[in-house]
Amino acid sequence: MFELLGIPPQALFGQLLLGLINGSFYALLSLGLAVIFGLLNIINFAHGALYMMGAFVAWMLLNYLGIGYWPALILAPLAVGIFGMVIERLMIARLYHLDHLYGLLLTFGLALIIQGLFRNEYGISGLPYQIPTQLAGGQNLGFMFLPNYRAWVVVASLLVCFGTWFMIEKTRLGALLRAATENPALVGAFGINVPRLITLTYGFGVALAAFAGVLAAPIYSVNPNMGADLIIVVFAVVVIGGMGSILGSIVTGFGLGLVEGLTRVFYPEGSAVVIFVIMAIVLLVKPAGLFGRAA
Amino acid sequence: MPEAARPGSPLLAVRDLNGWYGESHVLHGVSFDVAEGEVVTLLGRNGAGKTTTLLAVMGMLARRTGSVIFAGKELIGLPARAIARMGIAIVPEERGIFASLSVEENLMLPPVVRPGGFSREQIFELFPNLRERLASQGTKLSGGEQQMLAIARILRTGARLLLLDEPTEGLAPVIVQQIGRTIERLKGEGFTIVLVEQNFRFAASLADRHYVVDQGRVVDTIPNADLERNMGKLHAYLGV
Repeated sequence: MFELLGIPPQALFGQLLLGLINGSFYALLSLGLAVIFGLLNIINFAHGALYMMGAFVAWMLLNYLGIGYWPALILAPLAVGIFGMVIERLMIARLYHLDHLYGLLLTFGLALIIQGLFRNEYGISGLPYQIPTQLAGGQNLGFMFLPNYRAWVVVASLLVCFGTWFMIEKTRLGALLRAATENPALVGAFGINVPRLITLTYGFGVALAAFAGVLAAPIYSVNPNMGADLIIVVFAVVVIGGMGSILGSIVTGFGLGLVEGLTRVFYPEGSAVVIFVIMAIVLLVKPAGLFGRAA
Repeated sequence: MPEAARPGSPLLAVRDLNGWYGESHVLHGVSFDVAEGEVVTLLGRNGAGKTTTLLAVMGMLARRTGSVIFAGKELIGLPARAIARMGIAIVPEERGIFASLSVEENLMLPPVVRPGGFSREQIFELFPNLRERLASQGTKLSGGEQQMLAIARILRTGARLLLLDEPTEGLAPVIVQQIGRTIERLKGEGFTIVLVEQNFRFAASLADRHYVVDQGRVVDTIPNADLERNMGKLHAYLGV
């Protein structure tokens, strides 16, 4: 059938896999943005820079301390998450009584500063990060070759995304988070420390970005601009999925990665813009996003 | 219970309480006392400052001054979460049922702050409807059920002072009766209750005392026993 369309199956599945990989990063990043936006009501423009920091922390752990990929997968998100919590406490928390726009401007400025500092120190040519030996090589599936590391990225992203979804939708902590998103004053009046919940939530959302950064390090080169390039697409994903929707950001992230991959097969010229075209259509037809609740 | 018979030190003593919504100064020196185990109401016209008084006691106003002593401790300056931990709980006017939480999650949301709260079984005995609806989305409940849920979830916490803001607003008479029986039962169990109420008959059937609030002040105190005698005066206050 594929030959009938003039597309060899290797090309199709190869692009679908690439789409899934990109979708894995879109999902992880837009999920973090959604979690943060839900509770803090700020659009975290620093998200791309913190994703980049995740990759850099993994690189530094390896090159300065000899700590490898697997510990870095935990340590880098932890370190960047703590960095995020400090930023939230010291700066972002002062803006909650103001319009959303101020949070956006602050985090945009932070992104520029963080990226500038890393560019200054490490240049823009990119630093290599080896695929961990356990995941080197790949499988020949007959119809395509599947590199082990790329399969791992998709699986890890799915696990973390659905783990996050489960935590938010099905646990007591998640119930607190959802309630605080709706009515923080009342949750506080029940004896819950809402400011602490907000700080932890920001730290968690940021840690998700850093986790994506570590996953990305062996695929893309570790580069100060890696987040800036990605984050624009991720914002489009968030708009399409619906601001603040957890499941929406996961499904939309993976879905749009696949759509992008398919476009690269059938109309390569359109692959760079297809997500933005979809965004425009969604904004016209359903402004709250595919999974968003109309405000 | 007539005022003279109250025991020495009140559980809640509010003195010269001032409160603001943003720039607008709403409370201008509210003072009243509530003894342990009492039910008192705050009566008054719309906009008199009744709801704001409850919010100020609970610590939910951004700015307040004066004194709120609860069980011998000053609450002014404490955040709402600390006040909740001391054993005060609120049922807000809009009920505050969370739409993104199930009934079960709504019920279990407020943490237990003191021993002696209701068990789940006691809550379901009080509000049998809730047991059937545990898996429903919180805001899918009827208005009456939402009100019951809003009361039920603070009974679990062990709070001993309950602030109820218009619990009968917009509800059918049969539900109003059920909520009335619930408040009576709670009084019997020793809860202390401050009730904001527009439904005057309802308030009269439950309260020990009525505080009349007007323009951000308590302007009169009427023991429930003297209510009939003061009807004319009260109607003038409430403008009915």
